[in-house]
Amino acid sequence: MKKILTTPIKDEDLADLNVGDIVYLTGRLVTCRDVAHRRLIEQKRQLPVDLKGGAIFHAGPIVRKTDEGDFEMVSIGPTTSMRMEKFEKQFIKETGVKLIIGKGGMGPETVAGCAEDKAVHAVFPGGCAVLAATKVERIEGAEWQDLGMPETMWVNKVNEFGPLIISIDTKGNNLFEQNKARFNEKKGPILERIKSQVGFIR
Amino acid sequence: MTDIMTKFTSYIGKRLPTDIKEKLADLREAETNPMANVLFDSMAENQEAADKLNRPSCQDTGVIQYFITAGAKFPLLGELEDILRNATLGATKLGPLRHNAVEAFDEKNTGTNTGSRIPWLDWEIVPNDDSVTIDVYMAGGGCTLPGASTVLMPGQGYEGVVDFVFDVVTSRGVNACPPLLIGVGVSTSAETAARLSKKAILRPVGSQHGNANAAKMETLLEDGLNELGIGPQGLTGNSSVMGVNIESSARHPSTIGVAVSTGCWAHRRGRIRFNADLSYEIVSHEGVVL
Repeated sequence: MKKILTTPIKDEDLADLNVGDIVYLTGRLVTCRDVAHRRLIEQKRQLPVDLKGGAIFHAGPIVRKTDEGDFEMVSIGPTTSMRMEKFEKQFIKETGVKLIIGKGGMGPETVAGCAEDKAVHAVFPGGCAVLAATKVERIEGAEWQDLGMPETMWVNKVNEFGPLIISIDTKGNNLFEQNKARFNEKKGPILERIKSQVGFIR
Repeated sequence: MTDIMTKFTSYIGKRLPTDIKEKLADLREAETNPMANVLFDSMAENQEAADKLNRPSCQDTGVIQYFITAGAKFPLLGELEDILRNATLGATKLGPLRHNAVEAFDEKNTGTNTGSRIPWLDWEIVPNDDSVTIDVYMAGGGCTLPGASTVLMPGQGYEGVVDFVFDVVTSRGVNACPPLLIGVGVSTSAETAARLSKKAILRPVGSQHGNANAAKMETLLEDGLNELGIGPQGLTGNSSVMGVNIESSARHPSTIGVAVSTGCWAHRRGRIRFNADLSYEIVSHEGVVL
């Protein structure tokens, strides 16, 4: 059965989730990336959207205006989450956000933030931006449009948005760190074997 | 020509080139890891949706780059820069493409995908020829971030090249939407290697370097990286890369310039060739109607 998280997300909704689990999101999903993080943390500006119990998406979409003057989501895939590592722990603390969706792993600070304030990071498959757009029912708001299309905070109503692979859970586990350790362990012998065959300079 | 390049630029954001499509289908077929299968399914579902809805398959349509191999006698040589700038403006509306050109230091998004030196043009002039071949490349931020270039000492040898490639792919490649197409430039300095590494990912998947040692190294790197089992999105699986392409030049005896460029699974590039009379042929995508 599909596991679906619905906003507002409560701490107990996340308690049983482990890294590697696949979930979907129904409710409100707000795009939020580099500049919005900087504005909140470095410039101490208040976010124009209340994110308590909410979900953010590290994404900069393609949006177009319809003839009626509404916004339509054309294409919305995840961006590299690691860019937000510097800010995410404090961001979680200050906003009360519960679900952070992006691409690739995040670092130890985000892991600590997720454990302390009960939040999770999940991966939406990168490059699957049209698939994601088809899960956006409508765009409910567009804040900080002065930042341009990619950095605007787009407020979306989504239905069964996913697949979302939990990469950081509330218990301090980090899927990408586990994988990285695995890759590094394998790397040594492979490198030795290749290097023994490329001594072209004699 | 502006009209054709506008349509072609817009088109390559929506449909993957034939070689990439076939390679992804092969990797999906060979995959046995259940989570990797979910991801490959999402990727296939996405490409179908992009095709059906006529939308860019990835939201990050990149900063547009054109790699031009122009005959010195191509009649519109002097007009090409304007033609490609206008094609970028047109494709941004037609796509639509996300606005990705941010002026450095002013930190303002131009909102048009054009700006100082953007679209980026890379030129190669061929004497005694009157045709032009243009590669359009649309790389997202994610697969651009791992890009790296360095200069090794000869003592580090080609062994040092292997270390460098593996370091880049395992440290930062996981965020670049694997399975990746890896371009390696082996050359004399930081910038010559960097340029060649980019040229390398414009070459078809499965093609080989003309030098036997270089071709051997391509295979060794591809097999070795795949053995790591990075899998789609870095979440583990049977493969890591779609391929490794090496481009090289002669080098200074005291230096080995090496660079790595990575292309994501949604490797959006297209090659089009114009004759002097502006009749054209699309090389990269089979069965295209612009």
